[in-house]
Amino acid sequence: MAAHSSLLSVFKIINPRWNGRIGNTVKVFGTTFTSHRNKTSLTRENIPPPAKYGGRHTVTLIPGDGIGPELLSHVKEVFRFSCVPVDFEVVQVNSAMEGEDDIMNAITAIRRNGVALKGNIETKHTLPPSVKSRNNVLRTTLDLYANVMHCQSLPGVQTRHQNIDIMIIRENTEGEYSSLEHESVSGVVESLKIITRNNSLRIADYAFRLAREKGRRRVTAVHKANIMKLGDGLFLQCCKEVASGYPDITFDSMIVDNTTMQLVSKPQQFDVMVMPNLYGNVVSNVCAGLVGGPGLVPGANYGQDYAVFETAYKEHRKELYEHASSIRNAVSITMNETRLHTADLGGQGTTSEVVQSIMRVIQTTCCSHWTCPRPTPGILTCQRSSGVNSAQTTVTFNCASPGVSLASAASRKVWIYSVCQIKELCGVNPDGRNCWSQGRWT
Amino acid sequence: MSPGKTIDLHLFLCCDCGRKLQVSLSPSCLFVFFDIPVVPPLFGSPLPPSTQTRLYSLCVLQPPPAKYGGRHTVTLIPGDGIGPELSGYVQELFRFCCVPVDFEVVNVDSAEDDITNAIMAIRRNGVALKGNIETNHNLPSSYKSRNNLLRTTLDLYANVIHCQSLPGVRTRHSNVDILIIRENTEGEYSSLEHENVPGVVECLKIITRSKSLRIADYAFKTAREKGRSRVTAVHKANIMKLGDGLFLECCREVASGYPEITFDSMIVDNTTMQLVSRPQQFDVMVMPNLYGNVVSNVCAGLVGGPGLVPGANYGKDYAVFETGTRNTGKSIANCNKANPTAMLLASCLLLDHVKLHAYAQIIRGAILSTLSEAQLHTADLGGHSSTSDVVQSIMDAVQSAGPRTLSM
Repeated sequence: MAAHSSLLSVFKIINPRWNGRIGNTVKVFGTTFTSHRNKTSLTRENIPPPAKYGGRHTVTLIPGDGIGPELLSHVKEVFRFSCVPVDFEVVQVNSAMEGEDDIMNAITAIRRNGVALKGNIETKHTLPPSVKSRNNVLRTTLDLYANVMHCQSLPGVQTRHQNIDIMIIRENTEGEYSSLEHESVSGVVESLKIITRNNSLRIADYAFRLAREKGRRRVTAVHKANIMKLGDGLFLQCCKEVASGYPDITFDSMIVDNTTMQLVSKPQQFDVMVMPNLYGNVVSNVCAGLVGGPGLVPGANYGQDYAVFETAYKEHRKELYEHASSIRNAVSITMNETRLHTADLGGQGTTSEVVQSIMRVIQTTCCSHWTCPRPTPGILTCQRSSGVNSAQTTVTFNCASPGVSLASAASRKVWIYSVCQIKELCGVNPDGRNCWSQGRWT
Repeated sequence: MSPGKTIDLHLFLCCDCGRKLQVSLSPSCLFVFFDIPVVPPLFGSPLPPSTQTRLYSLCVLQPPPAKYGGRHTVTLIPGDGIGPELSGYVQELFRFCCVPVDFEVVNVDSAEDDITNAIMAIRRNGVALKGNIETNHNLPSSYKSRNNLLRTTLDLYANVIHCQSLPGVRTRHSNVDILIIRENTEGEYSSLEHENVPGVVECLKIITRSKSLRIADYAFKTAREKGRSRVTAVHKANIMKLGDGLFLECCREVASGYPEITFDSMIVDNTTMQLVSRPQQFDVMVMPNLYGNVVSNVCAGLVGGPGLVPGANYGKDYAVFETGTRNTGKSIANCNKANPTAMLLASCLLLDHVKLHAYAQIIRGAILSTLSEAQLHTADLGGHSSTSDVVQSIMDAVQSAGPRTLSM
């Protein structure tokens, strides 16, 4: 393990572009060695030391354009409210400027912190073509080769399709987004789409590993190899090669036009999908539209050493799992039980109302202190040990009778993490639902 | 030449498309018309008064239709998968309705490769109906896709797919009516790829000014003729600044010449998301090749699937009709399960193209009544009918519509 971590730290010094090659050879030593902060229990030991001082993480925050700044300020608010030990280092990127300094500053900050949260940076079409898309520069410079989007039907959101659970893994650095274009003859533009064996193997490997870790059974490669025989043919071949090393996972392939048609008629048939850059863009947008729109689907960009999250908040570090789940639960309660929806979902709520509701739910269920009255007859008492910042404490809380709010019935200080834990421990309702709502038991 | 063209003009005026045609040709246009015969690819409105240069670019020589003794000859390429089966039904239906069309069958499929003869036949006849020809991925890359070869050799530059919600077909979205115009000859389908360094493949996507102008012009002309009010260009110019930037610029240039039509643009990822949530906002869409492929398949999925949408490929001199989503349907070939609607509607488009509008209307009406009144749906629409049942029902509907022979 020491060898692994030392090798990893060496990797951080080496130019990320080398990591693809070296990473493949080192993979034989560890199960999922060349992984990054997002991985689960398997590789927690191998994660490079986080930028953590005094128990607090520093995360780069890039507000971007449009609704980015507003949403990210809400994220900061929610994090501060739920006492998440994360500090944000804000780096502004101005999309109107032609220079590359601001994006380079952002990249340096991300290299330093390892993790970032960003809004979308607009690419103005009117600027000359030598000005590359900022988002693209970020992804290629940091070699964030995998873009993972998990599109799931959320219970409280009414959509035309139900039971969608698709994981889309998209190659993030090459393909049509290489920004290599030229006009040799006036009036004729050639755009190059680059597909390399290394990157295709890497993304296919990532897809299969992720599928295995998440217990998924099927990986579908999306391509257009009937037309782009060499390019997408190479991609498909790499996927097949990697698939042979994962016999427990079914692999099949589908042409992109058929895929989009099937997505629109029967999206439940898809499980994990892996594809090159442009098809990934289109397919992920179709799936996002199917589950309710761009406002609901978070995206993550993973590289060897860095991770950048977009559109929604997500924390996967070990110690912050509880915070993550509490926030996630608060979001799902807001969406499903209180049904406070913004306009894109057909509701009337404003962004700040939704955020307030989320914070209210957090307050009533998670990370809060309670004072409980002495146990009285008829009140069910549960006991549980939980680890709070690695300290073992015994937590007791009372489940009051229906109609009585927990705030008045509680008499002891408790530290509650999530609604699910309460329901499960109280045993009030075996399936854990319809038990806790808006700060009271029902 | 002129007397023949006069008759054509007469037929033009008498078409029962239900609209009064304004034949307000200015003397100069008329002069041009008789001197250099002009038959626009779509029946409908006359040429708008425009600059000399545009008239010149539109007034091109249209070869006379292959019409002998009042009967047209149309090339038929059955293709692979469900193609032969459905082509057989088309022939049967045409024979039943006494449509004055003879089919010249040329087999191009995975077994027999007669593409040069097929192209020559289409050049001779001017019109074709085809099924999709399967492209084997395992063959070397020098072997070009036959469908692609046909399109590029005949310069069928505009692929037009009209996705409409059909009555009687239940879908998640209703009132969808989108006309997709897709550039059919260049873009990502140029089949230009090379591997300079082993393990690194470069695929070239070509966008040219002349073809972009041509397709944009076609889109706006079609929008005007069909009375549409909005054209949306779909692109990815934030990433492919030169390529799609050029396409967008050409669309804008052409749009300035059609002030009554609103023009806007949308990035392809946003477009696909909007299509899935609110497809009713789109009217006419114009786009390069690959996006056209994806968008047309999404729209076909929205209105009920690949079995319902016909497609047409128009060039300056030739027209080839096929199903909109170009599927071979290998898995349901010869099982009597395929939906014949797409192929039959494509044959109606063919009839419209050769100006046999009355026949086209009869068949189209019969198809729609089968779908909505008789509710005979094949498996892809969630029903249990077989292909032959559906075709039989269409023929019954034609018969019950009464004799409408020869008075046209």
